[in-house]
Amino acid sequence: MRIQDLPRGRVVAAVALAALILAPATVRAADSVSLPDDPTAKGLAIAEATDRSNQGFGDTKASMKMILENAYGETSERELRSMTLENPNTEEGDWTLNVFDKPRDVDGTALLTYAKILDPDDQWMYLPAVKRVKRISSVNKSGPFMGSEFAFEDFSSTEVGKYSYKWLRDEACPAPVADRTCHVTERYPEYEHSGYTRQVVWTDTTDYQPRRIQYFDRKDELLKTLTFDDYRLYLDKFWRAHDLFMENVVTGKSTRLTWQEYSFGNGLTENDFSTNALKRAR
Amino acid sequence: MDRGNRPGWGFEMRFGTIGAGMALAVAMTAAAAEAAEISVTGYVEPELQVFTQSASGAEQRRWNTSVAAEVTYEAFWDNSNQWIVVNPFLRWDLRDGERTHVDMREAKYARVVDNWEFRIGLDKVFWGVTEAVHLVDIINQTDFVESIDGEEKLGQPMASVSSTWEIGTFTGYLLPYFRERTFASLSGRPAFDIPVDETQTKYESGAKRQHLDFALRYSNTFDIWDVGFSYFRGTNRNPVMIPGLDSGGRLVLIPFYAQTDRVSTDIQATSGAWLYKLEGFWQDQLDEQNLQATGGIEYTLFGIFDTPSDIGLVAEYVWDDRGANSQNPFANDVFLGLRWTPNDAASTAILAGTTVDLDTQAFGLSLEAERRFGEDYFVSLETRFFGNVPRSDPIFSNSDDDFIQLRIARHF
Repeated sequence: MRIQDLPRGRVVAAVALAALILAPATVRAADSVSLPDDPTAKGLAIAEATDRSNQGFGDTKASMKMILENAYGETSERELRSMTLENPNTEEGDWTLNVFDKPRDVDGTALLTYAKILDPDDQWMYLPAVKRVKRISSVNKSGPFMGSEFAFEDFSSTEVGKYSYKWLRDEACPAPVADRTCHVTERYPEYEHSGYTRQVVWTDTTDYQPRRIQYFDRKDELLKTLTFDDYRLYLDKFWRAHDLFMENVVTGKSTRLTWQEYSFGNGLTENDFSTNALKRAR
Repeated sequence: MDRGNRPGWGFEMRFGTIGAGMALAVAMTAAAAEAAEISVTGYVEPELQVFTQSASGAEQRRWNTSVAAEVTYEAFWDNSNQWIVVNPFLRWDLRDGERTHVDMREAKYARVVDNWEFRIGLDKVFWGVTEAVHLVDIINQTDFVESIDGEEKLGQPMASVSSTWEIGTFTGYLLPYFRERTFASLSGRPAFDIPVDETQTKYESGAKRQHLDFALRYSNTFDIWDVGFSYFRGTNRNPVMIPGLDSGGRLVLIPFYAQTDRVSTDIQATSGAWLYKLEGFWQDQLDEQNLQATGGIEYTLFGIFDTPSDIGLVAEYVWDDRGANSQNPFANDVFLGLRWTPNDAASTAILAGTTVDLDTQAFGLSLEAERRFGEDYFVSLETRFFGNVPRSDPIFSNSDDDFIQLRIARHF
C-alpha cells in the first residue's frame, strides 16, 4: 500500500478541475438515468447513479458538529474537522482525516482512514498527549462513533461494491420534499462485521441523493432512522446534506449531525493524508 | 544533600532556548503578519493521592495533594503549512519540592514544504508500538515525578527534518541539549528509599548536557505491517544509578548518564481485531552490548453481548539479555491488561493491568478508571499496588508506596 504518491495527487487535482468544467453536462446526464426492470439490477443502477453524482469531487474540507441527546433530553456536543481526498482507484475507497475539537479532553485527537470496499479499512489514530500514532483495528464497524447514534459504518464512504441491492418500489419522498418521487431500495452489507442485516434507502429521483435510511439490526428489527436535510449544491454538481438526524427507535436516543464550511478544490494531496500528516493535523 | 545550589530550570535550559526562542520570535512575527488561525486550549487538574502503607521515610506522609495545569497555544498560517506550538506545563505539589516543577513540553516552529517537514524548538517525539514498556522511545527524557510508568515526558530541544516518499518516511533529529530525569525528593511518594542526589549527577561525556546527540528514523506501512527502524547516538536518557555519599556523608544514589549507540526496530501487524507487536533495541554502552525486546498481542472483542461495549486484551512479554539486573526492572516480565469501554457518551473506560516478574514472582497491579462529567470535566481514578517484591528488584523502593489517586481535570 502506498502512503505517498505525489504525481497521483496532482492527477486528482486535475480531475477536480475537469469536473468543474464538465459539471453542467454531467448534471443533465444524471437527469436521464435509464433503469433496468429487474429489481436487483435496478437497485444497483440507482446506487451507481448516486455514486456517479459524486465522482470527481477531488477533495473536501468541512467541519462537523454533533448534538447527542439521550431519552431524558440531556445533550452533549462533539465537534471535528474533516478532510477527504477522492481515491481515483475504484478498487478502494477514499482517504479521510478527522481531527476532534470537542469534547475538549480529546482536543487534537485525529483519525486517518484509508477506506476499502470489502476488506477492513486501514486506520490510524493520533493521541496528542503522548504524540503517538497508533494503527488500530477497523473491524469495529458497528460500534458507536464518539458515543453517538452513528456507527462507524454509517460514516464510511458508500462505495457501490459494499452492498448488494434490491429495488422495492417508488413512492413520495419523506418530508420536507414530499412533493418529489423517491426510489425505495434495500441494500445488504457484503462486508464483514456489519451491525445490520439490511438498510432501506429512499433515493430522490430528481438528484439521486439519499433522503432517508432505515437500519435493521442483526435480528432484522428496525433500529435507527437517518433523515438527510439541507442539501446544498457545490461546484454546480456535488450535493452535500448539511443536516443529518439519526434516531434510535429502540433507545429513544438521537444524534443531530450538521456540516459547516464545506469547501472543494483545496489542492489536497496524498501528503496531507500520511501518518506523518496525522501528527500535524489541525 | 544540598538542593539550594542546583542550577535553576531557566539556567539549565539556556542553551536549548536560544535557538528555539529565535525561531519562535521569527515565527510569531510571521504568524501575526499572516492572519494565523490561533487556538488556546488547556486544563487545570487538582490531584489527591492516598498511600495505603505507612511511610518508610521520616518526611513522607500518608496523603498528598497537588495541582497540574497545561496550556497549548497554536497558530497555523500559510494554508496550515507553517505553525507554532507553545505548551507549558506546571505542577504544584504540597509535599515534594521536586515534583513542584515547570516544563516547556513544546515550544516549536514547524514548516511543511511539499513532502518535507522541518521543525525546530522544544518538541516531543514518540517511537514504538507496545503498551506496557516503551523500549525504543528514546528522544525525550521521562518526567519521572509525574508518573513512574514512564509515559510523561519532558520537552526536548531539537531540530528535525522529515521527508516522506513512496519508499517510506525518513527523519533526522539533532538534539543539542540533554534533559536530566526528574526524581522525587525525600518527602515525595512514590520515591526511592535512598535519596537521589542530583547535585552530583555524572556524565560519561565531558560535554555533559551539551553533548550533541543525533537520531535517524525510517518508517513505512506495507499492507498490514507498520514498521520503523531507528538509530540513536548520544546520551542515554535512562541513567545508571550509582550508590555514593553526599556532602554530609549520607548514602545517596547518583545518576550517571552514559553514551550509547543504539539501533532499534518497532513492528506492528494489524489483522482484523488482532494487533501483533514487537519492538526492541541493540545497544553498545560502557563497552557492554545489550539486547532488549518486548512484544505481544492486543485483541479487541467488539460489541460484547450485543451491547456497544468493547473488551480489549493486552498480553506482552519484556526481555533483557542480561537477565535479572539492578538497572532494569523488566528483564523477564509478563504484562496482562484488560480494558472495558462501554462506548457511552461520557467516554467511560476501565483498565486493569498486572505485571509479573517471572524470575522473582514480584508483581504490580494497576486499576485505572475514567469518564467525562458534563462537557468539560474529566475524572480519572488510578491505583497501583506492588506485591512480593524482593530487595534486589529495582522497583523495591516503590513497593511500599501503594497508592490511590484521584484527578479531576477542568478543560477549557
